[in-house]
Amino acid sequence: MIFPMQRREVIAVAASMAALALLAGLPLADDGFWLALAITIASYVAMATAWALFSGPTNYVSLATAAFFGSGAYVVSALAETAPWPVVLVAAAVVGALLALATGLATLRLSGMYFVIFSFGLAELIRQLVTYYQTQFTGSVGRYIFVTISAAEIYWQLLGLCAIGLFAGWAINRSRLGFALRVIGDDETVAAHSGIDTARAKVLLFSISGALIALVGAVMAPRFTYIEPQIAYNPMVSFQVVIMALLGGAKRLWGPLVGVIPFVLLYEWIAGRFPNHTHLLLGLVFLLVVYFVPQGVSGWLEKAWRKLQGKSA
Amino acid sequence: MLTTILVASVLLGGAYALMAMGLTLQYGVARIMNLASGETLMGAAFGSFCLFTALQIGPLLSLVLIVPLAFAINWAIYRWLLSPLVRRAKNQGMLEVDSILATFGLLFVIEGAMLAGFGGNYYSYSFLAQPVTLLGHSFGLNRVVAFGVAALVALGLYFGLNRTRYGTAIRAVAVDPVAAGLVAIDVPRAAAFAFALGSALTACGGSLLSMFLTFNASMGVVFTMKALIIVIMGGVGDPRGAVIAAFLLALVETLVAALVDPGLTLAATYLLFVLTLLFRPQGLMGRRA
Repeated sequence: MIFPMQRREVIAVAASMAALALLAGLPLADDGFWLALAITIASYVAMATAWALFSGPTNYVSLATAAFFGSGAYVVSALAETAPWPVVLVAAAVVGALLALATGLATLRLSGMYFVIFSFGLAELIRQLVTYYQTQFTGSVGRYIFVTISAAEIYWQLLGLCAIGLFAGWAINRSRLGFALRVIGDDETVAAHSGIDTARAKVLLFSISGALIALVGAVMAPRFTYIEPQIAYNPMVSFQVVIMALLGGAKRLWGPLVGVIPFVLLYEWIAGRFPNHTHLLLGLVFLLVVYFVPQGVSGWLEKAWRKLQGKSA
Repeated sequence: MLTTILVASVLLGGAYALMAMGLTLQYGVARIMNLASGETLMGAAFGSFCLFTALQIGPLLSLVLIVPLAFAINWAIYRWLLSPLVRRAKNQGMLEVDSILATFGLLFVIEGAMLAGFGGNYYSYSFLAQPVTLLGHSFGLNRVVAFGVAALVALGLYFGLNRTRYGTAIRAVAVDPVAAGLVAIDVPRAAAFAFALGSALTACGGSLLSMFLTFNASMGVVFTMKALIIVIMGGVGDPRGAVIAAFLLALVETLVAALVDPGLTLAATYLLFVLTLLFRPQGLMGRRA
């Protein structure tokens, strides 16, 4: 059983590397509409993958994506003019990880409900704090971001983050941590009784996920050119990431990937045609996903694939 | 100064208490963590606003219309939207995840409907905006009246839950739904009733808040957060704890708004939340599990 699995994995890794190389060539073909769309898709793939990294195996629904995304963007606005870009990125990752660490330490020792509630208001809380800080100490709420970085470079960095997210998910899945998390997701009491330090495993993984999302925020920040708390901590981001990951299926590593692409296209369509009803329509789409695709598209596909194989065998 | 803060926070705490009692009923009895609670609150606030500005019906009178309407709508929501999830769930954990997701979606639907109707502007109206003197300081009459109504409703709820037959049945479901079913309590019905009643209480709080608060369509999240934290601080499923915690939260908030910055009220809320999580996760009135 184990050996053929490994062969399949080798094929999967080789195929994803080839796909990544192919995708990386996109800016050479087009640098207008398609590149912009690809940047949106890549940023959401990276965030949804990072979200599912934690929320998929543990069943702890994180509603705080916007908090990490916005904090990453704010690190850029604060440091980009003085520090070199790699340093800015490291700082964003550290801020994201610390924020996740603090959230995790406060709530993840307790039941999942506390975590959900804490994450629910987190983006709003940080938005208030940033607004307060800026009005008190810097005088103006908004900030301009002057970073000379091309759209293609942003795209490549996002692809890199997608690759890191997918690789991290794959590596964690094979590690003791991944096994521990699956046990926690199935039954936390059993996990605790079999000697798993459940709080530590959860906090660790949430920090990785938070750092990745903050990095996406940092890479995307130059696209905004002007940021203010209202834009950076937009609750829509949390909402969209959850819906995309669920649509694709949070239990599988490639699930969010499958969910993001149709959803981004749908969103562009809705936002273009019904600009005043985006919230309402997305809410309805979200409910449809929760009710009718509980396992996600990847769950469907896997079931269909198994059926197909069953017939041919 | 201190008396002003104290009285102001008591007056504010009334509406918070209603909302938190609503939420604690929904979570304690119907087992649904309702993330769309703040949107129900804002919906009722907008309802009162419309009735007042269009038809000159005062918010106290409009309660008679809005509260039963909220009850009916949320009965339907539970019946058609949430009870399928209850039936689908294999265990409590799955229901929690599903109900969080469903009400999170509902939040955006209701907020989206309000945004489509009212846009992002702030609204307020002037009702009973005359000063009254309490303990040597003057307060808006609307705040005092809102508190009085909230106190009456809360008392009514307390007697309803503790002194009537159906109230006892609801409390039984909160303690143990399976055992409640064994003694011939219609559990799905009691859950639907508790969910609808919870939203009706929230809507009542919303109408009362609209009398003295400036509000807009996307403020719901902040109120949901406050109510959730009050529920946890008070001890899940305990209306008495919710009342105490509501006043504590209102006090801390008023203190922060008066002494530090009005923009930091949510930070004050989170501070209380973190303290609760660190030192008394079972809540003020809760027993250690």
